[in-house]
Amino acid sequence: MNIHEYQGKEILRQYGVAVSYGKVAFTAEEAVEAAKTLNSKVYVVKAQIHAGGRGKAGGVKIAKSLDEVRTYANELLGKVLVTHQTGPEGKEVKRLLIEEGCDIKKEYYVGVVIDRKTGRVTLMASEEGGTEIEEVAEKTPEKIFKEVVDPAVGLQVFQARRLALNINIPKELVNKAVKFMMGLYQVFIDKDCSIAEINPLVVTGGGDVMALDAKLNFDSNALFRHKDVVALRDLDEEDPKEIQASKFDLNYVALDGNIGCMVNGAGLAMATMDIIKFHGGEPANFLDVGGGATAERVTEAFKLILSDKNVKGVFINIFGGIMKCDVIASGVVEAAKQVQLNIPLVVRLEGTNVDLGKKILKESGLNIVAAGSMADGADKIVSLVK
Amino acid sequence: MSILVNKDTKVITQGITGATGLFHAKGCAEYGTQMVGGVTPGKGGTEIEGFPVYDTVEEAVKATGANASVIYVAPPFAADAIMEAVDAELDLVICITEGIPVLDMVKVQRYMEGKKTRLIGPNCPGVITPGECKIGIMPGYIHAPGKVGIVSRSGTLTYEAVHQLTTNGIGQSTAVGIGGDPVNGTNFIDVLKMFNEDPDTEAVIMIGEIGGTAEEEAAEWVKANMKKPVVGFIGGQTAPPGKRMGHAGAIISGGKGTAAEKIKTMESCGIKVAKSPAEMGQTLISVLEERGLLEICKTVK
Repeated sequence: MNIHEYQGKEILRQYGVAVSYGKVAFTAEEAVEAAKTLNSKVYVVKAQIHAGGRGKAGGVKIAKSLDEVRTYANELLGKVLVTHQTGPEGKEVKRLLIEEGCDIKKEYYVGVVIDRKTGRVTLMASEEGGTEIEEVAEKTPEKIFKEVVDPAVGLQVFQARRLALNINIPKELVNKAVKFMMGLYQVFIDKDCSIAEINPLVVTGGGDVMALDAKLNFDSNALFRHKDVVALRDLDEEDPKEIQASKFDLNYVALDGNIGCMVNGAGLAMATMDIIKFHGGEPANFLDVGGGATAERVTEAFKLILSDKNVKGVFINIFGGIMKCDVIASGVVEAAKQVQLNIPLVVRLEGTNVDLGKKILKESGLNIVAAGSMADGADKIVSLVK
Repeated sequence: MSILVNKDTKVITQGITGATGLFHAKGCAEYGTQMVGGVTPGKGGTEIEGFPVYDTVEEAVKATGANASVIYVAPPFAADAIMEAVDAELDLVICITEGIPVLDMVKVQRYMEGKKTRLIGPNCPGVITPGECKIGIMPGYIHAPGKVGIVSRSGTLTYEAVHQLTTNGIGQSTAVGIGGDPVNGTNFIDVLKMFNEDPDTEAVIMIGEIGGTAEEEAAEWVKANMKKPVVGFIGGQTAPPGKRMGHAGAIISGGKGTAAEKIKTMESCGIKVAKSPAEMGQTLISVLEERGLLEICKTVK
């Protein structure tokens, strides 16, 4: 789960991590009011969307007066920002963060991630701040330093100090950088983050070490123990179909194609998208109905697929293990009754109770094309949609 | 022969009084696995559908002589269940539970250092040695005893591969689902090593997916060490970056972990990769033919 920059900074502040000071605004009026409370002559007006690359896309403005704050706020609110992370459709700006201007001396990078290779929490830092860390890793990997944390004792001060020294934080500010990293690590652990990235971390003319930007992502598997984090979810930032899917415990990801897919199991669901493409079609979604789906959940899944106006045909690919084929079949029949199904439907069933499942589909009177295998199904749906 | 599990494996079920745990305990017992009991704290001393229930893993092991455990405990308590099984010194722990917080697994991994237990999963279908022992949620009847090993991050995609093999007359030595989580107990290389040393495994299918670099590391290992042919498949060739595709570990982040990158490395290490998931079986068969192994692998009559 993602949150906004201003929300991330609020959490960091609670842990004593230095962040630039600011306030959130939903209207131009609020933006001006927010700016009035700041102790600064220069204001930064920052678009709040769940995507990086906002600066380059024109989502961050420097205002030198309250009038300029109003002008920029009016300009940004309602604007669709297209960054390298939003996709070509972009994201509409609905919230702004109004911050005090900052006298930046130098920009750094610090991030906390879980390294899959070691299975450990790892701190990464670089003196190449402000640019994409992937780009730094590509061009100058020697400028990225890492500290692997032993979960039995947590991040140690000497590790944070070594990191600060390695990235050439000025000697007199090393202790401030250490405090910053220790706090950031604690946020990561306490809140079950999957990423905590500060880019840039800045050293200011006034001798502060603080976060100018903050990106916190949270492990969805751990949200059950973080009601405070769940409360920060902004549904405006998510695909409405994905929100609907999460209500029914369906794993759904919207894509650009026109062939809707319903599959059990994440691996098979990905493979089904792949095979549609392999046969010359374009998948409209990833959808894993899961192992323990009921007929009701299958019905909802089916309705969800059909709610996508781009969908010109549906391919259901089920290999029943825990998932019984007759349950899938009943769900599909029920859904087809509830919604007017007037596009091609190809169904491939295999596994537990397959004969019963096929019988239910056959006796339903629905216009269903049966497929003998995954390849056969992909082939049929692609030619029916064309 | 086989790896990890065989007819002598004795299994307890952690979370046996839950609907899922009980359903699969019965299914595995029907398959012929020695399912000797279960653990549900607070329900020790009772019996459920013929399975004795114990309060702790330690007690269950003492009473039944179990050497393996399978876990269906709910995500918030699953890490604790794994550590309890490790503490009881079981040889093998298979965790089926999906949705365990990653930081819980980071702790589990640390806890397991220097201990004798091997953990498979979490978020996996389990392990099956056809005809001998099934531990987990896979449909037993699609499998057939034989000489091809399977290791996979995905459950249903493993069934797909097994089905393609069995219908073509190729049986399996052992099929291992290592699970779809980013931090887990056993990786591709661990399983490949076991298959390499198993005299009854002639070839291996390795099924990966987007996210992380485990496939690349495994491919390098295969190139340097593997004596037996390996073929592969990578799911998620059409997955968009930055989106978690069902599995917690299946995400392309920062341009890393793409299917294209994995396939390229695997092929450069001598692993033939099926272009389409429908061709996993045929790809293996073509390699078996090249190596003169097809006849010996045709174990299904």
